[in-house]
Amino acid sequence: MAIKLKELSHRESRVAPGHRACAGCGSIIAIKEVLMAVEQPVVISFATGCLEVATTIFPYSAWRVPYIHCAFENSAAVMSGVEAAYLSLKKQGKLPGESGNKDIKFIAFGGDGGTYDIGFQALSGAMERGHDMLYVCYDNQAYMNTGIQRSGSTPRGAATSTSPAGRVIPGKTQFRKDLTKIMAAHDIPYVAQSTPDRWRDLMTKVQKAMEIKGPKFLNILSSCFRGWRCEPQESLEVTNLAVETRFWPLYEVENGKWKLNYKPKKHVPIEEWMKLQRRFQHILKPQNKHLLEEIQRDIDRRWDELLFLCGEEAGPKPEQS
Amino acid sequence: MPEKGWRELPIGGKILQGGNSVEYETGSWRTYRPVVDKAKCINCMRCWLLCPDSAIYAEGEEMAGYDYMHCKGCGICEEICPVDAIEMVLESEKDKIPADERGVKAIEEAREKAK
Amino acid sequence: MSKVLPLTGNEAGAEAMRQIAPDVVAAYPITPQTELMHRFADYVADGVVPTELILVESEHSAMSACVGASAAGARVMTATSSQGMALMWEILYIAAALRQPIVMPLVNRALSAPINIHCDHSDSMGARDTGWIQLYCENCQEVYDNVVQAVKIAEDKDVLLPVMVCYDGFILSHTVERVEVLEDHEVKEFIGPYVADRPLLDLDHPVTYGPLDLQDYYFEHKRQEAEAMRNCKPVIQRVAGEYELLSGRKYGPFDEYFTQDAEHIMVCLGSAAGTAKAAVDELRDAGEKVGLLKLRVFRPFPAEELIAALSHAKGIAVMDRADGVNSIGGPVFSEIRAAVYGHSSAKISNYIYGLGGRDIDIDMMKSVFQDMKDGKYAEQAYYIGVRE
Repeated sequence: MAIKLKELSHRESRVAPGHRACAGCGSIIAIKEVLMAVEQPVVISFATGCLEVATTIFPYSAWRVPYIHCAFENSAAVMSGVEAAYLSLKKQGKLPGESGNKDIKFIAFGGDGGTYDIGFQALSGAMERGHDMLYVCYDNQAYMNTGIQRSGSTPRGAATSTSPAGRVIPGKTQFRKDLTKIMAAHDIPYVAQSTPDRWRDLMTKVQKAMEIKGPKFLNILSSCFRGWRCEPQESLEVTNLAVETRFWPLYEVENGKWKLNYKPKKHVPIEEWMKLQRRFQHILKPQNKHLLEEIQRDIDRRWDELLFLCGEEAGPKPEQS
Repeated sequence: MPEKGWRELPIGGKILQGGNSVEYETGSWRTYRPVVDKAKCINCMRCWLLCPDSAIYAEGEEMAGYDYMHCKGCGICEEICPVDAIEMVLESEKDKIPADERGVKAIEEAREKAK
Repeated sequence: MSKVLPLTGNEAGAEAMRQIAPDVVAAYPITPQTELMHRFADYVADGVVPTELILVESEHSAMSACVGASAAGARVMTATSSQGMALMWEILYIAAALRQPIVMPLVNRALSAPINIHCDHSDSMGARDTGWIQLYCENCQEVYDNVVQAVKIAEDKDVLLPVMVCYDGFILSHTVERVEVLEDHEVKEFIGPYVADRPLLDLDHPVTYGPLDLQDYYFEHKRQEAEAMRNCKPVIQRVAGEYELLSGRKYGPFDEYFTQDAEHIMVCLGSAAGTAKAAVDELRDAGEKVGLLKLRVFRPFPAEELIAALSHAKGIAVMDRADGVNSIGGPVFSEIRAAVYGHSSAKISNYIYGLGGRDIDIDMMKSVFQDMKDGKYAEQAYYIGVRE
């Protein structure tokens, strides 16, 4: 069913105004879209991180849905407990109020630090156990809440507080972990990635996930203008370019079947994405041309692999090569 | 909200009224204020969906202006508007813009509810 | 009506859990807790209990899932030992501070390194300031009784704190003893239904759990938690009274064994109390005025009651099955000495014993009383049972 914003506009945002996220925060847009797409009652958990901090400064909470934060590495484990409690209380007829008659959805959220790194074990365990929940990673590619330190999701070359672009070392030296693929390898019913600027894609995926019983994983590339060193109003444009440059392909894996959701019409070089972000400015300097080429080769290789998995024809190649 | 003593607060740090952040004003963060030209606006509702601060009103499937008590002035709405109906205006020139009576009322109501 | 069963400590814990029938249990295997969960998993597999059993991938996730399930509104239990609880550490504090009445049998085992699977109290003693109530058991009967009482203590509206029921690994967990158990319906009526305070699953009232609490509110919430621990004392006493009516077995913050006229009193907790009682019996037969105080409740620490019970003594020897590694002594010693300070002229010394499952026998216990009789006290702890 197609998403119609006019119809949706009758719904109240489940994220109330008055939260303390930065002006132009890309991640909170992502979360707002996720919750806007869910029609059913929903209970959410959060890993420690920017959004957890920004939305629940006591005595104020921006969450119009039941919400729990416990610690950094355990959003998935906490939600396992909530879901198990629901199953147990439901079968015993002990759910409070009207809750017993409702089909409640469970969504666990975490940033890339809380998902790729410190929370990875809890996520992997929860997915393996088959809890009926959606895990959503809002991936802004570094530990933004603690001051922009590198994470397992930070792309090669990016300058962060702990992988600065120095005189000798040009930013992060390792490539990022491909978490979406790792989650697909868990062989769970639904795995997808999206971005908040592609709101129709994102919300359709969430709605699809809500219709599927069992563990689901959605990885959302969402920008942090502070960490990416771009402008707040560019929060959505910058993730749009991540899709166009094929850095962040839109795809889904449903019951083991890979599907590409969007194929850019032309080969947009990765530097177009990097140009918007000063965390990559050193990579664009002539002396680091070899690095840029290496990064481009990596993106091309991953894209070709994805096309193969999705049963797609090879796409357009770089013009000069 | 007046700061309560430990005997009066709900235990365990729970916040019992989810969504009460409405009481907290973030409108003062703004440097630039978005102003919509409703004559140009096509009510596509993208700005309503993509506003990180849930600070755009929707009424009868139409974009119905801004919650200036909470809008932080990020400029995303101006950037993504497909018909250039939104303009960012320096706050110092805000006299040209009518006050957000609805936003003021919403905060008053939320605070009343909290009591 | 109660019946008598031959049960190990783990089986006694599992039997209590079967009768409690928690809504959710989350657990991860660790020696010597494992057999408790084996037996409980049988109950789940056979449909004897309605419990959702979450077999997590770590103890960190076990406690995290317990917090989530408890916040959701469920009655929740887990069980662990040693390294397992060490991995839970972060979440132990959170469970207590979020005021979730989780009950956890903790089968005491030494902490690494070197790795060791046998009993000492370094695991639970390290967690003494996490905000959990701690009950210690001398035998398998007490394991059963304390687990049942723990649920009612934890869920009391004036308390709402988690409880760990500590019992000695292998010494109790794997030893079959005679255990009197209550009827299922008696346990059910005793603990009553659990009604959660503003649970997450109450969709009509969306509550935010675990917000960011800064300089302006954190202190108030910690003050509330401290008050809850203070409120525990009368609740533990009241629950023990109700339990005595049901079972005929009496419980208090501690047990006194010939202490009232004793000149020299030993303080210990856990299974070693049985050995200490045998030593007291022998010395009493020889005409010596010695006694034993066996602590059951270590958190909340029963300082006032201890002052009343100990201050008449000439000498007090405190037995610790965990070393503070602080160059002074163990945790029980530090707290007993602090409690009686200013209230008693008794000399107090400390004995570290039984680390990593090292046995302590009656002669060793008697040698502790002999030290007191000889006026042998020291500022730093004695190590008893270690090869020099």
